[in-house]
Amino acid sequence: MTAIIKVENLRKTYGTTVAVDNISFEVVEGGIFGLLGPNGAGKTTTVECLQALRQPDSGMMNILGLDPRHDASALRRQIGSQLQESALPDRLKVWEALDLFASVTPEALDWQVLLEQWGLADKRKSTFASLSGGQRQRLFIALALVNNPRIVFLDEMTTGLDPAARRVAWDLIRSIRDRGATVVLVTHFMDEAEKLCDRLAIVDQGKIVAMDTPQGLITQYASEVRVIFTNDYTDLSWLHNIAQVKKITESGPRVEVEGSGPVLALVAASLVEHGIIPNDLRIEQPTLEDVFLKLTGKDIGE
Amino acid sequence: MRTLVKLSWIELKLFVREPITVIFTLALPIIFLFVMGGVFGNEASTDDGGMVVFRGVGPLDYYIPAYFALVMMAIGTVALPVHLAGYRERGVLRRLRASSISVWSVLGSQLTVSFVIAIIGSILILICGIIAYSPNMPQEIGLLILAFLLGLASFTAFGFFLGAVLPSTRAAQGLGLILFFVMMILGGAGPPPEVLTGTMDVIGQITPLRHVIIILQDPYLGFGWNQNASLIVAGITVVAIILAARYFRWE
Repeated sequence: MTAIIKVENLRKTYGTTVAVDNISFEVVEGGIFGLLGPNGAGKTTTVECLQALRQPDSGMMNILGLDPRHDASALRRQIGSQLQESALPDRLKVWEALDLFASVTPEALDWQVLLEQWGLADKRKSTFASLSGGQRQRLFIALALVNNPRIVFLDEMTTGLDPAARRVAWDLIRSIRDRGATVVLVTHFMDEAEKLCDRLAIVDQGKIVAMDTPQGLITQYASEVRVIFTNDYTDLSWLHNIAQVKKITESGPRVEVEGSGPVLALVAASLVEHGIIPNDLRIEQPTLEDVFLKLTGKDIGE
Repeated sequence: MRTLVKLSWIELKLFVREPITVIFTLALPIIFLFVMGGVFGNEASTDDGGMVVFRGVGPLDYYIPAYFALVMMAIGTVALPVHLAGYRERGVLRRLRASSISVWSVLGSQLTVSFVIAIIGSILILICGIIAYSPNMPQEIGLLILAFLLGLASFTAFGFFLGAVLPSTRAAQGLGLILFFVMMILGGAGPPPEVLTGTMDVIGQITPLRHVIIILQDPYLGFGWNQNASLIVAGITVVAIILAARYFRWE
């Protein structure tokens, strides 16, 4: 697998604010690479530098063998972009937008096919202003794909969509990957990153604090699982005899056992042995949320 | 080049789909033409001793070429700046840029639209004027076309400059409309310039419109080529282009 994006010591400041603080990473071809972090972490600035929309202060960038600082227009023809805070003229029609964006490169895809694929065929003559949020989103994706790009940058694509539309958007993102393009996904949604990304960098205050597969990050930084069940106030202190059990929290009838490794099986066996057979025994796996909390000491919502 | 052609065609369609701009650039000058025609008719002021107004020609012979300039000014002070500032404000420029649509395509398409609209607007004025008032026909066509191109280049550059520096649609609308009406009244497209005195005349003299009107009127009326005015207009064009290039921002 070869890296199609290489970034070394990228730095960008706005006045005295350091937006991107010596970030380095590589993205290999294929799959979905995520940049996850709270608003203001420097994710958007980073991808805007990669898309040649911003000039970094220092650092090395190489995308598809090109340097965004010197080969901006050649690069932009080979990448697709879905930008935050961008729009099309209100009275521009869907087909006109696709036809225009397809004209930038002879390699462009047949936009009639894209219209079908992205469910916009019956909207081809509609103006941009008349489209719903979800339809605009699909149009922006179609526009990002029309030049048949090898890399597609998606910046906060699902912000502002309702839960059902978000799920549809996730399927769309997966289908971009399945077409063979590499996706760089910028998001502040934990669940989105966890479900979609093949590899993930967690960004906080302009720095990458961790990078791995979502599962790898969870295993590395938040390996503890929680076993949860309801109990009728019998003494459970003997559970501490199980080596893998770290902590027991009882709140009313609800018992939460934190532990690692095969703790579920061991707790279950021990409960049965003591004649306690709860019918709501379940396990909560750690999520990226726990990883984020551990790495940055804060919730992403803050 | 393909992108420039497509974008120009799209921009022309967008222009036509925006009723306010169409009314402002195409209908308003015609309305003014009929108002002026209704007020002044087309009799040249020849009475001895009185003030010679409208440069000594018929009012409609004066206003027809002046309103070619009015169409150009509507484009340069209102249509173009509002369009460009709105594009920047709403992130359209950003969107176009990210898809490798160059600044030359963006400005080139606007230039194309400006030319097409100015030509259509001027022809409409000429036709309406001829039908209603049977004025004199343009005298020196070749020089008139040359003056037309120069005037239009000047106001398009002016529009690019305003569009480059004005931060929002609102700002562009506000300033654009003020410039349009002040220049129209004092620059020679409202009352005849001879009746403007003192400060009004001074302000009128420094409006670009005054000079664009003169370079259009002179060949239209058969007065030849006005070198002073054409140098001033060319100067405005160059300065506006330099400032526009200097201050143009994608976002």
